[in-house]
Amino acid sequence: MTTSTPISQDEWKFTAKDAALRPDLFFSGHRACAGCGPATVLRLIMKATRGPTIVTQATGCMEIVSSIYPYTSWGLPWLHTAFENVAANASGIEAAVKAMQKRGKIKQEHIDVIALAGDGGTYDIGFQALSGALERGHDFLFILYDNEGYMNTGIQRSGATPTGASTTTTPAGTVQPGKLEKKKPLTDIVLAHDIEYVATATPYYWKDLMIKVRKGLEIKGPAFLHIFAPCPRGWRTEPAKTMEYSKLSVDTCIFPLWEVVNGKRALSTPSKIFQLSPQKAKPITDYFEGQGRFRHLFKPENKQLLDQLQEATNKQWQKLLKQCETP
Amino acid sequence: MSGQEKSWKELMFAAVSPKPSTDFLTGDWKTFTPVYDKEKCVGCLQCAMLCPEGAIIWNAAAGKVEFNFNYCKGCGICANECRVKVISMSMPDKEE
Repeated sequence: MTTSTPISQDEWKFTAKDAALRPDLFFSGHRACAGCGPATVLRLIMKATRGPTIVTQATGCMEIVSSIYPYTSWGLPWLHTAFENVAANASGIEAAVKAMQKRGKIKQEHIDVIALAGDGGTYDIGFQALSGALERGHDFLFILYDNEGYMNTGIQRSGATPTGASTTTTPAGTVQPGKLEKKKPLTDIVLAHDIEYVATATPYYWKDLMIKVRKGLEIKGPAFLHIFAPCPRGWRTEPAKTMEYSKLSVDTCIFPLWEVVNGKRALSTPSKIFQLSPQKAKPITDYFEGQGRFRHLFKPENKQLLDQLQEATNKQWQKLLKQCETP
Repeated sequence: MSGQEKSWKELMFAAVSPKPSTDFLTGDWKTFTPVYDKEKCVGCLQCAMLCPEGAIIWNAAAGKVEFNFNYCKGCGICANECRVKVISMSMPDKEE
């Protein structure tokens, strides 16, 4: 990347009180399910914006619930687009802003562009547009909220659905124990585009999430943020436990938090604890327990699969630790 | 239609939703209502940050959080995540 500049070392500092007093640009009154994880994610993202921002969003749960005519939940310019082309749309907005700045039609120094998509719009359908936009090096932040399936259309499997999860298109039964394939390593694919900023976050660690959003906006050039957002409806969990699963996904090393700045990968504080003292990491069964989509894994005949999943998680974690040492 | 049709230059750029969703109250969705002990609240704001609805408001003057029951959907995240466990979910009596 020739156009990008390194991120400044002084991090955006704020307290919980500052964050709570920041305006909510994702309004109340949206029609997400009770206990929706992605809704919290959007609220946190909008609290972390730094000024004039344009949001473009692919079809998905969060687009539907926030824009049912005649109501809108967005307190900033927001543009809906189809599943396939949210990244292409963001590229166009960014290019238009640049052109208008050149001609003096826009006075603001910087206008941030955020592209939002779910895992369907990123992993599967919108992937080629994302890859293209990253390659062209547009200055935008792509945020993926990953609830591990097509929850809006009735909980079908997606490229993000983990092994063993039961969905309506991979139902667990006598033939197969849920989804057989692995989760697509999307962040690694995005990293291979050699972009400046890639990070993972989860809403339980909201401060970490907000700082990462701000970093992604500040950087010149494309940035990518992968946010893990539990879905109580699709995962068949209790609405009250949404954030508990968000925390457990980090505690069990299933979804480690890390960021790549200027090509160097580093673990974020919530995950760093498990690097320093590995005995604190919890077994994956703690995370699977209570999730209806993994219920069949606790049957005696599936014990082997559960062991395999634990082994795969450990392997992934060790691989990540190595990647953090040698960028 | 013919004769009165607008040219594309007069049309709006895109379909626009004219009302903010804050006009749409989702408070009647809930089964359980959060009840909390105001005295014991330490104001850590974990509930306010993790609420999906933005229904928990920080009252800086009082140093306490306040619930906006117009939007609260009664999911119970606040009760589950409260660090001092002063929020509980209760079912209001039908007679009231």
